[in-house]
Amino acid sequence: MLEVVLRSLGVLAAFLVLPLVVGQTEHKVMAHMQGRLGPMYAGGFHGWAQLVADGVKFVQKEDITPRAADRWVFKLAPAVALVPYLVALAVIPLSATVVAADVGAGVLFVLAASAVGILGLLMAGWSSANKYALLGGMRAAAQLLSYELPLVLSVASVALAAGTVSLTGIADAWHPLWLVWQLPGALVFLIAAVAELQRPPFDMPVADSEIVMGPFTEYTGLRFAFFLLSEYAGIVVMSLLFAVLFLGGWRGPFSGVLGPVWTLLKGALISVLIIWLRVSWPRLREDQLQRLAWLVLVPLALAQLALTAGWVVLSSP
Amino acid sequence: MTDHQHSPGDSPKTNGFIPGLIKGLATTARTLATPSHTAEYPDVQPHLPPRTRGVIALLEENCTSCMLCARECPDWCIYIDSHKETLPATTEGGRERQRNVLDRFAIDFSLCMYCGICIEVCPFDALHWSPEFEYAELNILDLLHEKDRLGEWMPTVPAPSALDPRSADPQEVAAANKPPRTAPERRQ
Repeated sequence: MLEVVLRSLGVLAAFLVLPLVVGQTEHKVMAHMQGRLGPMYAGGFHGWAQLVADGVKFVQKEDITPRAADRWVFKLAPAVALVPYLVALAVIPLSATVVAADVGAGVLFVLAASAVGILGLLMAGWSSANKYALLGGMRAAAQLLSYELPLVLSVASVALAAGTVSLTGIADAWHPLWLVWQLPGALVFLIAAVAELQRPPFDMPVADSEIVMGPFTEYTGLRFAFFLLSEYAGIVVMSLLFAVLFLGGWRGPFSGVLGPVWTLLKGALISVLIIWLRVSWPRLREDQLQRLAWLVLVPLALAQLALTAGWVVLSSP
Repeated sequence: MTDHQHSPGDSPKTNGFIPGLIKGLATTARTLATPSHTAEYPDVQPHLPPRTRGVIALLEENCTSCMLCARECPDWCIYIDSHKETLPATTEGGRERQRNVLDRFAIDFSLCMYCGICIEVCPFDALHWSPEFEYAELNILDLLHEKDRLGEWMPTVPAPSALDPRSADPQEVAAANKPPRTAPERRQ
């Protein structure tokens, strides 16, 4: 019992710290990529406490619910968007032993849990009684449905190659050669993950130049902060998932001791890559976005799946 | 950028979107690697050029209350009050002299448009540009600065920049070097 509590607390701590670390990294990396310095004052040293200060500010804001809004759905939506990532984070292993809950079908669990987050966006978009929120919610739903398919297909490819749907099992079966012959699947996963997170260049649902802030338009204070937190928690989950599935997780020198460090390091690398994409690339239009998903990513993921299946069949005795 | 010069009329080639995406990544990475040019102003004072038009400083001793600056000021933001004093003759049987004494000299910086005409027009170099700029006020009425405050900015006025090589001597030097006038020859 005590162990369960400790493990849960560990996941909660990671869930509260890692997204802030990614957010701060985004602040600084994006600033320097744009020739700025980013936050410099909060906390003293290079603005390290900027997000803590932001959190304090969000807590002080008035929590407004529009009169025409569907009250309970509106109030519940941030939690529905945020909690699935907490649940998903619980089953992602940092090493073969450092994992909060070693679920047998970990891959399926993570994908299922993170897919629930879509409901939060839809609820927010529908219940806000705001046309921009509704437009954003519809775009989010269309986008997330389209990109769920290539995401699942590319994950199915590594699961097939490893012969297991357990996350620790996949990372154990990983071989450096995967970097080569699972590369198309990895690219599809990365692009689909960025789209799932609605990060630029796939930020059509929250495109602030067209529809204010999409589903989050009517949100204020802590509930708005929860949506932002869920975005960064999503980056953490997807980055760690990418590291475990495609980069061998805790594989590396001294993996017996430094295993979790390797996983976190690889995840951090992917997070920085996701930030880098945001800074560099323009937003895709809605039709381009759908075209990319259905005409490029799905065929690519299917081809990868066929390749993996052929390999597995031929290499099995 | 220079290696993609197109002659006028030649339509730019479309390279597809993958090279464009990579170019975007490369540009941001290069910017990340170069130090940013942000001036951290309140922590680090800016390096202002010597001719910066920050504020107008007054050297009170040079002012003769001639009112030229106040009359030339396009928005009439200079206020001057003065009175005449009579100085007793320095030698016996000499003539009494009169001179202007400056009572008030004020510039309203809420009106001033920093044209610098007052400084140009001052015949006795009583007004100077100072690079000092941190004199913002919460109330616009507090921007009317009297001669004490204007005099406080005088030490911040930078020395005039050196003359261009082979330029003519400045007026003062030229006047000092001029040979003294000799008495005109009397006709016998």
